Amino acid sequence: MKHLITVTFFVLYAHISFSQIDTSKVKRTPTDTSKMQLNLDAVYNRPFLQYGKIPVAIGGYAEANTQYAVTDGVTEGFSFQMRRMTLFLSSSIHRKIKFLTEIEFEDGTKEINIEFAALDFQFHHLLNFRGGIIMNPIGAFNQNHDGPRWEFIDRPISATQLLPSTFSNVGFGFYGKVYKPNYVWAYELYLTNGLNDNIIGNAENKTFLPATKLNPDRFEESFNGEPLTSAKTSLRVRKIGEFGLSYMGGIYNKFQEDGLVLDKKRRADVVAVDFNTTIPKANTVITSEFAWTFVDVPDTYTQQFGKKQHGGFIDIVQPIIKKKMFGFEKASFNAAVRAEYVDWNVGTFKETGGNIADEIFAIVPAISFRTSPQTVIRLNYRYEWQKDLLGNPAARTGAIQFGVSSYF
Amino acid sequence: MKKTLFTMAILLLVIIGCKKIMPPSPKDDELLDGPVEGLTTAETQQFLKGDIAFNDDIFTPQNGLGPIFVANSCGSCHAGDGKGHPFTTLTRFGQIDSTGNQWLSFGAPQLQNRAIPGYTPETLPSGVGFSKILPPANTGLGFLDAVSDVDIIAMSDPSDADADGISGIPNWVNVPSYCQLRSNAISQSGKYIGRFGKKGAAYDLLQQTANAYNQDMGINTAFEPYDTYSKLEVDPEVSNATVHDVVFYLKTLKTPVQRNQNDGEVQTGKQIFISIGCEKCHKAELKTGTSSIAALSNKTFSPYTDLLLHNMGSGLDDNYTEGSAKTYEWKTPALWGLGLSKNSQGGSYFLMHDGRAQSIEAAIQMHGGEGQQSNINFQNLSESDKQKLIKFLESL
Repeated sequence: MKHLITVTFFVLYAHISFSQIDTSKVKRTPTDTSKMQLNLDAVYNRPFLQYGKIPVAIGGYAEANTQYAVTDGVTEGFSFQMRRMTLFLSSSIHRKIKFLTEIEFEDGTKEINIEFAALDFQFHHLLNFRGGIIMNPIGAFNQNHDGPRWEFIDRPISATQLLPSTFSNVGFGFYGKVYKPNYVWAYELYLTNGLNDNIIGNAENKTFLPATKLNPDRFEESFNGEPLTSAKTSLRVRKIGEFGLSYMGGIYNKFQEDGLVLDKKRRADVVAVDFNTTIPKANTVITSEFAWTFVDVPDTYTQQFGKKQHGGFIDIVQPIIKKKMFGFEKASFNAAVRAEYVDWNVGTFKETGGNIADEIFAIVPAISFRTSPQTVIRLNYRYEWQKDLLGNPAARTGAIQFGVSSYF
Repeated sequence: MKKTLFTMAILLLVIIGCKKIMPPSPKDDELLDGPVEGLTTAETQQFLKGDIAFNDDIFTPQNGLGPIFVANSCGSCHAGDGKGHPFTTLTRFGQIDSTGNQWLSFGAPQLQNRAIPGYTPETLPSGVGFSKILPPANTGLGFLDAVSDVDIIAMSDPSDADADGISGIPNWVNVPSYCQLRSNAISQSGKYIGRFGKKGAAYDLLQQTANAYNQDMGINTAFEPYDTYSKLEVDPEVSNATVHDVVFYLKTLKTPVQRNQNDGEVQTGKQIFISIGCEKCHKAELKTGTSSIAALSNKTFSPYTDLLLHNMGSGLDDNYTEGSAKTYEWKTPALWGLGLSKNSQGGSYFLMHDGRAQSIEAAIQMHGGEGQQSNINFQNLSESDKQKLIKFLESL
C-alpha cells in the first residue's frame, strides 16, 4: 500500500510539476484513429500527456455522480459518489519495449488496485510478449472499461457481477495482430494466477466470480497452484464491426494442501462473445456482450450457488447533435439505451423440478452531452427487476443517476 | 443564454418526471415483513439489527457455515418472512414417542443434507421414521409468544369434554436452561407449554432461533454450542447479541393484514369457515398478555390457531414426533398470511407441514383425525360455497 501511495504521489507530483514548469512543452498524445482499433488496443489507446521528449506519458480519468434510487418504494435518499479515479503511466523503454500501468482508486480510497502493470515486448506484430499484472481478456468490457467512453454511469451487470470486471492477475502471455486493408485480426493468450473458492462462498449468496478479487494474496501467489488460462480472438471487418470470442477457465478450489488431497479439482469456465459496430450514416453505435459461466459446484453443496450462469448487455448510442455547443468545438448530444440481463443460476430445483430464478433484468435510457470524445456529462434513468432464487415477485428498483466522467 | 436555460429546464423536467415513475411501495397488506406498529426508537433500531442479521447475514465456509447444513442464511428458508419452499425442507428423524430421540448418535434429530466442499452430508439411516418439515412463516410470532399459558390451556380439551370430536392438548416440553420462563408459566411434571415449530416443541423464539442456527446452518452459539458434525463443544460463531437481535426481530414482525375484508364473498366465506368447524382449531381471535414490548401487550389478534396439538389422522402420521406429541399429532398452524404464501414460495402453494398440498383445497382434503369432520363438511359444500371459503382463506 505504501508503495502505491508513493507511486501515486510521484505521478501526481510529476503532473503538477510539468504544468508549473512550461505547459507549452506538455503535449497531449491523441488517441490513435489512423487504423482500425480493437478492444485489445484500448489499454494503450488512451489520451496521454507527455512532457517534451521524455519517454514517459501520464494520463487518467475520473468519474463522479449522484444517484437517487428507490427499491419498492424505499429509498436511502441521494448519494454523491466518487466512483473512481484512475491514473495511467506509460513508458517506452525501447522502440519495441513498452510499459504501462493503471492504478485505480475506487470509492475514494476504499479500494486501491493496480489494475494493469505490464511490460510488452514486440518480437513480431504476430508475437508480442506481455508480462506483469494483466487484465484477463474475457469479454470486451474488461478490456475497454474507461468511464469516459461510456454513456452509462453503472457498468453493465454482466460485466461486473457475472464476469469479474477489471479482473487482473499476475501472469504472462502472448498477443498478436494482423492488419489488412479490410480487416484486422488479433489473438491473446495468457496464463495467470487464478480464481479461488470465494466464488461459491460469498456474501452475495450466489456463484459470483468477482468474489475472487477478495483474495488479497492473488498478486503474490496462486490460490491453488493451478494457472488460469485466458484466451481471446477478435476480428474487426471494415464496415461491419468487431467480433470477439473469449474464454477464461481453470481450477478454482484448493484441492490439496501440504501434499494432502482435500477435494477433487473443480473447474470454473467462462465463454464470452462480444460485438460492436457503428452503423454508417446514422453513426449509431452498438456495443454488446454475452457470457456463459460453468462452475463445478459440488452436488452436495447448496443449490443457492449455481453451476451455470449467463447474461449480457446491449448498448445503443445515437448521436443527435454534433456541432460546436456552449463553446465546445467537438461537442455532441447523444441519446442511448442499455438493456441487460443476468441469470445467476440456470437450472431447476432438485426438490420440485421448478425453475431456479435468481435473475435480473434492467433497462437504462440515457442522454449524454460530450464536450469532446474524452469528456462526458450523462443522465441515466435505470429501472430493474430482480427475482430471488425461488422466483418470487421481483423487487423493482428505479434510479436516477447524473454524473461526469473525463480523461485528464 | 436562452439555450442554456432551455437545456437546464429540460433536465429538470426529466428529473422530476423520472421521480414520479419510481417503483411504488407494495401495499401493507401485500407484504408479510415489516415491524409491528408502536415500537420505540430503541426497539426499532434493534428490529433493524435483527432484520440485517436475519436477511443479510450469509454464512459461508469462511465464516462458519456447516460443515454440514441445510441452508446458509435465515432468509434462504423464510423469503420475505413467508412460508418456505421445498428447496429448504428440513428432515427430522429418530423419535417416535415422548421418551426422546433414540437416534442422536446417527445425527438426529435433524438431517443435515448439505455440506461444504470436501465434506459429506448426512444421509437418513434406513428404517427410521422421519418427517419432512417446511419452514413456516415468521409473521406475528411475537403475538403468539405473548399469549398466556392460561389462555392456551383454556382452549384445550384433552378428554373432549364437549364431545365435539376435537380435543386439543398442549405439547409439554423440557425447557432448555438458557430460556427464561414466562411470568405465570404453567408446568406439568416439570415440563412447559411449547408453542413454536410444527409440533410445538420449541418453548420460545430463543430456543427456535438457537436451534435453527445450529441445526439448519451449522452455526454454533453460546446457547447451542455443540457442532452438528463433530458433536464437540466449539466456540460461538455468532454473538449472543446477534441472536437476541434476531429473536427481537422475529418477535416484532407485524401480523399479516387481511385483504378484501369488506368483500361479501369473503365475509360469507368466514361464516362458512366457522360453520363447518374449522374455527374450532383455527381460532379466529387470541389475545396477548403483558409483554416487555409495549406494542405486543394486551392485543387482540387473528392468527387462526389455538397453538394446541391435534390428532390429524393416519394420513399425516409420519412416525416421527417431538416433545410429548404423538406421531399423528400436529400443532394447529396459523392461517394468517396464507393468501400471500405463494409470494414466498415461488408462485406455487406448498401447504401442510411438508408442502405436500399444492392448493388450499387439497390441504383441506388432507385433514383427518380431529379435522376429518370439517373435511367432510367441506366436501359437502356447494361449489360456490367452497369457492367463498377459499376466497376467505386467500384473504388472510
